[in-house]
Amino acid sequence: MKPFKSFILFSFGMLTFTACSDDEPAPEPINEEEIITTFTATFVPQGGGTTITLQSRDLDGDGPNPPEVTVSGDFAENAIYDGTIVLLNETETPAEDITTEVEEEDEEHQFFYTVGSSLNANLEYANFDGNGNPLGTAFTMTTTTASSGTIAFTLRHEPLKPNSGLADAGGETDLAVTFSVNIQ
Amino acid sequence: MYLRYFIALCALFTGFQASSQECNHTLSGKVMDFHDKTPLAGATLYIAKMGTYAYTDLNGAYSFENLCAGTYEIEVMHPECRTLIFPINIPETKKEDFLLEHHLEELDEVRVIGSIYSGKTNSGLENRLSEEALLQNSGNSLGDAIKGLRGVSSLNTGSNIVKPAIHGLNGSRVLVLNDGVRMQDMEWGDEHAPNVDVNAAGSVTVIKGASALQYGGDAIGGVILMEQAYLPAQDTLYGKTVLNGFSNGRGGNISTDLTKIFQDDWFIRLQGSFKRLGDQESPDYILSNTGISETASSLEFGKRTLNWGIQGRYSFYDAEIAILRASHIGNIDDLIRSINSGEPQIIRPFTYDLQNPRQDVRHHLAKISAYKRFQGLGKWSAQYDFQQNRRKEYDVRRGELNDQASLDLELTTHSVSTDFKWDAAEKIDLHTGLVGRYQENFPNPATGVRRLIPDYKRWELGAFVTGEYNLTANWSLDAGFRYDFSKIDALKYYQTTRWEERGYEDEFSDIIIEEVGSQLLTNPVFTFENFSGTSGIHYNRDNTTFLRFNYALSQRAPNPSELFSDGLHHSAARIELGDLRIKSETSHKFSASFERRLQKWGFTLEPYANFLSDFILLEPTGLEFTIRGAFPVWSYRQTNARLLGFDASAYVNWHTNWRTEHQMSLVKGKDMSQDLALINIPPVSFRNQVDFLKKEWHDFEVSFISDLVLRQNEVPPNITVFSPEQQQDVLLEINTPPPAYHLVGLSSSLDFSLGTSGRLTTSLIVNNLLNTTFRDYLNRQRFFADGMGRNIQLQIIVHY
Repeated sequence: MKPFKSFILFSFGMLTFTACSDDEPAPEPINEEEIITTFTATFVPQGGGTTITLQSRDLDGDGPNPPEVTVSGDFAENAIYDGTIVLLNETETPAEDITTEVEEEDEEHQFFYTVGSSLNANLEYANFDGNGNPLGTAFTMTTTTASSGTIAFTLRHEPLKPNSGLADAGGETDLAVTFSVNIQ
Repeated sequence: MYLRYFIALCALFTGFQASSQECNHTLSGKVMDFHDKTPLAGATLYIAKMGTYAYTDLNGAYSFENLCAGTYEIEVMHPECRTLIFPINIPETKKEDFLLEHHLEELDEVRVIGSIYSGKTNSGLENRLSEEALLQNSGNSLGDAIKGLRGVSSLNTGSNIVKPAIHGLNGSRVLVLNDGVRMQDMEWGDEHAPNVDVNAAGSVTVIKGASALQYGGDAIGGVILMEQAYLPAQDTLYGKTVLNGFSNGRGGNISTDLTKIFQDDWFIRLQGSFKRLGDQESPDYILSNTGISETASSLEFGKRTLNWGIQGRYSFYDAEIAILRASHIGNIDDLIRSINSGEPQIIRPFTYDLQNPRQDVRHHLAKISAYKRFQGLGKWSAQYDFQQNRRKEYDVRRGELNDQASLDLELTTHSVSTDFKWDAAEKIDLHTGLVGRYQENFPNPATGVRRLIPDYKRWELGAFVTGEYNLTANWSLDAGFRYDFSKIDALKYYQTTRWEERGYEDEFSDIIIEEVGSQLLTNPVFTFENFSGTSGIHYNRDNTTFLRFNYALSQRAPNPSELFSDGLHHSAARIELGDLRIKSETSHKFSASFERRLQKWGFTLEPYANFLSDFILLEPTGLEFTIRGAFPVWSYRQTNARLLGFDASAYVNWHTNWRTEHQMSLVKGKDMSQDLALINIPPVSFRNQVDFLKKEWHDFEVSFISDLVLRQNEVPPNITVFSPEQQQDVLLEINTPPPAYHLVGLSSSLDFSLGTSGRLTTSLIVNNLLNTTFRDYLNRQRFFADGMGRNIQLQIIVHY
C-alpha cells in the first residue's frame, strides 16, 4: 500500500515542482546563417556611362513577404557591360557576404542567365571554376538594339558540370530571380 | 487509500479462516490443451493461499496432497499458455482437469476463467504478428514488419523511414508502446519513423482504434504494442542469434539476445542488434544516398514471481539514415523538373557512405516497474520511465555548415503511471489507472536555421477506468472512460512578417514577450482537456465463431508541429505552417468484426467507420516567393472528415501440405466540409499467398506472395503555381497518384535441430522477385525515384 501512496505523492510533487520553474532564460534568437537575402548584379559599361544595378532583396527570407525587386535604370543600346554579382545575408549584422562562399566552392556552384527572347542582349560567363567550367559570379553583357524583356539569374548548388544549360544541369536551386529591363 | 487497506484486511481475514480446517485432502487431474485436449507437460499449478505447487508429468497429470478444506483459487501456468485461475472447493472436488489455451504465448497477464478471448481488448479490432513473421522481419523496420497485417499500411520516406499507418491514419494518431512505455520520439513529422528495434520485441500486436484506453485516449488511428517475450519460470539460460544478408543495399544485420533465469525467479536479458546497408537500387538505377546504419541494444533484469515482481530496463537506439539525394530540392521549379523527368536528378555510383541529406536519431529509454498481486483481489502495477530523443537532420548546405545539423531537437520525457486490475470476480474485470507525464523540448540554436519546433514544456495527466463483464459463456461486454489533461508552455520566435500574415496580432498580442530585431519572442500557453470512451460487445461460440462490435470516442490534443510548425522543408520544397488556433480533434469510430476460425478454412470481415470532427490536416493553401524561387505553402487546418473502410482476410487448408491465404484492405477518406478526398489515404490492396509445408523435410516451407496495390483514384486536386523558370503558371502534379502495381515475393525456410535444445532455421526471402518498376502513393519520395527493386534476403537463425 505504501508505495502506491508515495507514488501518488511523488507524481503530484513532480508535476507541481516542474510547473513552477518558469524563470529560465529565454532561448536565444536565431538568425539564419545560410540564407541569401539580397542579390545585386552591377553592370558597368565599358568605356564609361551609367552603371546599372539590378537588385532583389527579401529580408524575411522564407517569411511571407516576397522579394523587393529594383532596377536602377535602362541599359544603353550597342554597349558592353562588365557584370558582377554580390550575394548578401542581411539578417546578420554586419551583413555576411555569401559571394565569397560561393566562389570558394566554385566547383559546386554555377550561375545561369536566362534572357527573355524579346530582349536584345547576350550574357557570357567571365569567371570559371578550377576545372575551367563556368561559375558566373562575373559576366559580360552585350546589348544591341532597343527592346524590353526579362533577365533571370539562377544559382544552382551541386549541378552537373559541365552542362549545356539549366535544362540538364540538375542540382538544386539556391537562388532564382527575374528582372524586367529595357534597352534604350 | 483507506478502501485499499480495508480490502487487504478482508483478504487477510478470509485467509486465516481457511487455514483453520483439517488438511488431509487430495486433488488430482490433468492439464490439457483447450483446443485438442493434448496433455500439457511441465505445467505449474499453484494454490497461493497454501503456498503449494504441483507440476504435470509427461501425460499432463498432476496431484496435490495434504490439502486443507476450503475454497481456493488455483492458478494453472504453462510456458506457452496464458495463465488461468480456477476456483476450487476442497474436499468437494477431488478430480479436476484444466484446459489451457495453448496457442497463445502471453506475458504475465492473468485472466480469469470464463474469459476465453485472448486479445488486448474485448471488442476492439486487433491483430497479432506471429513470432515467425516477427523473426522474418528482423532486418526490417517496425513499420515493414506490421505492414502485412490487415488494415495496416505505412507512410514511407524511401524504404528506411517507415511510419506505420492504421486504418489510414498515422503519426500522432498511432501510439507505439514499447514494453509498456509510450514512445515519445517526435512522431509528429512525416519523415520521423518510430525509434525502435523490432528485435527487442517478443511480440507485436496492433489495436486498430482507441478501444484500449489504458494506453492513451488519443489513439485515433490505433496502438502498436511491442511486448517482451514470455519468460519461462525455471532456471535456464537461452538465446538466439539472427543473421540477415540483403542483396539490395549490399549489407545486412545481426541481432542476438541472451536470457538467464535464476532459481529464485530473478532474470536478466541482454539484446543487441546492428544493421548496415549501402545505397539501395531500383530496377533501373542506384537510389543514391539511401544507406542506413542502425544500432540498438537493451538490458533488462528483474524478479518475477506470481505474486510480485520488479523489473528494470534500459534500451538504446541509434540510427543514421541517408535520404535520397535527389529528394533534396531548392524550389518549386526543381520539384516540377523532378516530377516531369521521371528519373532522379542525381544518380551516383554505389556507396556505403551516408551523406547529406541524412538523419541521425538517438533514443534512450529507461524504466523501472513493479507489480503485486493481491489474492482474491487483483494486481497492482506502477512504473516510472524516462526517455530522451535526440534528432539531428542534416541538409545539403554550403561550406562548413554542411557538417552542422539544420534541425537539432532534444525531447526529454518523464512518465509515472500506476494501475490496478481487479480480476478476482468471475464475471467482471475492472482496470483503473493514472498517468502523469512531463516533457521538455530543446531545439539547439547552433543550427543556424530558425527553429522548426520551439522550446516547450508539456505536462500531462490522465486517468482511466475500463471494465469487462461476461454476460454469458458466449457474450461479453466492455466499457471504459478516460480523461486527459495536457498543458503546453512554449517559447517561440516568430518573424514579425509571419506573425502578421497569420493574423495573430489581434488574438495573441498578449503572448508577446519582446521584439528582437525582425522577430517576436512569444510565450504561447495552451491547455487541453480530452475525454475518451469506448464500449463494445463480443460474442464467441465454440472458439470458432466470433462477433465483435465496438464504439470508441477519442480526442487528441494538437501536437507541437500542428501548433507551431513554421519554416521551409527542403525534402518537400514546401513551407509548413502550424496554427496557434488549432484545438483538439475528436473521433467517433464504429468497428465490427465477424470471424470464423475452423480447421479447414476461416475468414475475418472487418468494416469500420470513423467520423472525425476538427480533424487536423496539412494541405497546400498558397504560394510564397523568396529569393530562392517560389514555394507552395502547406498549412494545418481543421475540418470534418470521414473514413470508411473494410478489411477482409481468409485462409484455406486445402491439403495437409497446401494452404492459401488471402487478404484485402480498402479505405476511403473524405473531407466532409469541402467535399474533397483526403490526402495520403492508402489505395486498395490485395495480398494472396500460397504456402507449401512438408514437416518431414526439416519443416520445409515455401510461400509465394502476391501484392497487388491499385491506383489511388481519390486524391485532392493538384495545385497551379507560377513557375519563375518558365515564366508562366503550371500545374504542379503533387497529388497525381502513381499507377497500380503488382509485386511478387517468395519465402522459404528449413529447420534443423542442433543438439538437445538448439535449433537452426535458414530462410531465403525474395522481395520484388520480378524486379518490377513501381512507385508507391504513400512514399514521399515517389516524386523523385522508383521504389526498390529485387531484394534477396538470406536469413540464419540459431536458437540455443
